[in-house]
Amino acid sequence: MTRFLRRQGWVAGLFVLFVALLIVTKLIQPGYGTGDFGSLVRAVLPYAFAVAAQTVVVIAGGIDLSVAAMMAVTSVTAAAMMNGASEEYALLVVPFVLLMGLALGALNGILIIVTRVPDIVVTLATLFVLQGVALLILEAPGGAAAEWLKATIVGTIPIPGSPEGIAAWVPKALVLLIVCLCIVWIPLRRSKLGLSIYAIGSSELAAFRSGVPVARTKIVAYALAGLFSAMGGLSLTMSTGIGAPIPGPYLLASVAAVVLGGVVLGGGKGGLLGPIVAVFVLRLVRTDLTLLAVDPNVTSIIEGAIMVVVVMFGAFIAMRGRQS
Amino acid sequence: MSEVATLAPPVPLGRRIKRFMSDYPLVPLIILLILLVLLLQVLRPGIVNERWIANTVKFAIPLAILAGCQTMTMLTGGIDLSVSTVATMAAFIMASQAVAYDPSVAIVIALVPAVLIGLVNGIGVGIFRVHPLIMTLGTSLVGAGCLQVYQRTVIASGTKIPDFLTWLGTGVTYGFPNALVLFVPLAALIIFILNRTGFGRLLYAVGDNEKATRLSGVLYAQVIIALYVFSSLLAGIAGLLYVGLIKAPSSLSLADPLMLPSVAAAVVGGTSIFGGRGGYTGTIIGALILTVLTTLLTILQMPEGARRILFGAIVLLVTAAYLRIVEDR
Repeated sequence: MTRFLRRQGWVAGLFVLFVALLIVTKLIQPGYGTGDFGSLVRAVLPYAFAVAAQTVVVIAGGIDLSVAAMMAVTSVTAAAMMNGASEEYALLVVPFVLLMGLALGALNGILIIVTRVPDIVVTLATLFVLQGVALLILEAPGGAAAEWLKATIVGTIPIPGSPEGIAAWVPKALVLLIVCLCIVWIPLRRSKLGLSIYAIGSSELAAFRSGVPVARTKIVAYALAGLFSAMGGLSLTMSTGIGAPIPGPYLLASVAAVVLGGVVLGGGKGGLLGPIVAVFVLRLVRTDLTLLAVDPNVTSIIEGAIMVVVVMFGAFIAMRGRQS
Repeated sequence: MSEVATLAPPVPLGRRIKRFMSDYPLVPLIILLILLVLLLQVLRPGIVNERWIANTVKFAIPLAILAGCQTMTMLTGGIDLSVSTVATMAAFIMASQAVAYDPSVAIVIALVPAVLIGLVNGIGVGIFRVHPLIMTLGTSLVGAGCLQVYQRTVIASGTKIPDFLTWLGTGVTYGFPNALVLFVPLAALIIFILNRTGFGRLLYAVGDNEKATRLSGVLYAQVIIALYVFSSLLAGIAGLLYVGLIKAPSSLSLADPLMLPSVAAAVVGGTSIFGGRGGYTGTIIGALILTVLTTLLTILQMPEGARRILFGAIVLLVTAAYLRIVEDR
């Protein structure tokens, strides 16, 4: 138990924080119920996918500045393709967009390997390129989404055999998020490939000398980030019903949540659970502040301050740990 | 003996050119800049004249100053993502304070938050060892929020740009943009600091091998704090200049479009993002290249999307090619 706590201490702490925040929310707004929780999860959805994308890349020792732009591209592609098309056609659109995300992400990785330019610069350049592509596909927010796709994140899922009260707290969006993340993450984590991703993040040279195909692993890591970004883009289209070519604030949020979630910038440490819980915490803080009728601008100050203070605190603990 | 030396096989021309370029990394950059200008002249004959050059330089200067912040922080292996927020803050605070106070007082007031943000950045990176990317991102979020709250309190009093900032930002005297009056000493100062002072050498040293630098008795935190304060101060000055150029004093996203190009300019100019290598002269040329590139893409009358695609592709291409030239030895 203590070993588990030590290993998962950060994530456990975040989870406790999340529950505490939920209680606080309930205290502030006694009427806060299942419907509000559902809309929280829906709001979190694109953020969570952006964070997942960033997490994979950061664990592999890189950083992907093009996450938000990639979400914009996939979102407008989906919205433009589904515009005026039949409901069944959307069945084709979803895998196509996911594949497109995979390919775009792989392109990032290939560019990093081939040009030998630092990843931060490459993804900065692809950020410009993808923004341009998004603008070419749709000049202004528009397009449409299939009805069944929109319905997949609204409402709750009835769980057979469970009491009514619990099922109401499990929105469809949450199930979708968990399923999508697990389908990719769990097999990865258990495979040699996942181990390689951690290895190249920890020490590229050591990984190379132990026979890890560094270039291939890196490309896969970026491709997976692309896949998660495409999921994020799709979820954007699902929740808004349209595609917007100008990316939202997902880049900053993804980096912040990754760091809050206990993944070390520089690579090799951390998991997916921490960042996902962290993004829930960050969104819930925002909800609470809104409920408290705090000026939305003050909210962004508080968010920034939380990010800085938590990261400083984490770095401080790490420093103490090294000294003792 | 001397005969043997003279009989050494002649180095092929290609290798010689390559070696020359890697010895003088500025040469390929200048050639690229000239090529871009020539291309512009071919596409639109007659566009390249004195007025155009003055205009280009005018727009390149704020970018070059912000890219200077990136250059110096990158030399230590860091990055300063708060520059655009700091620049916008300085510009807006100056413009709103100039209504009530003398411009010089307003400028001093405007630079105080810049220094504060720099100080917080420096403390976070230097003492708490937070990753510079995260630290400066966080402070820029906080800064942007504070600015919006501040805007509410002064919304009634309006904004105003002092005349001499407009003169400095947009004016041209004898074909030379007035902004050079500010920029030339500033650039000289940065180059002097980087090349001729102990502080500059410490920046390279920290970026090259942080551990060795610490072990040789350098007070890491002090160097980093001084660096980030200086960087923020520069960003504030760039913001003041930029508002004189753009003349949109009440905009709260004034310098945001300069953020990513400032990183790109430093990288194109040959500064390594991992630290220890680079210089400000390259960055200035990098800023000029990016500005000319923007004009080029604008006069081609492409849709906004295609322009961004080309911009990104070219930045990546130039950086990759440049790395090849400089690193293959």
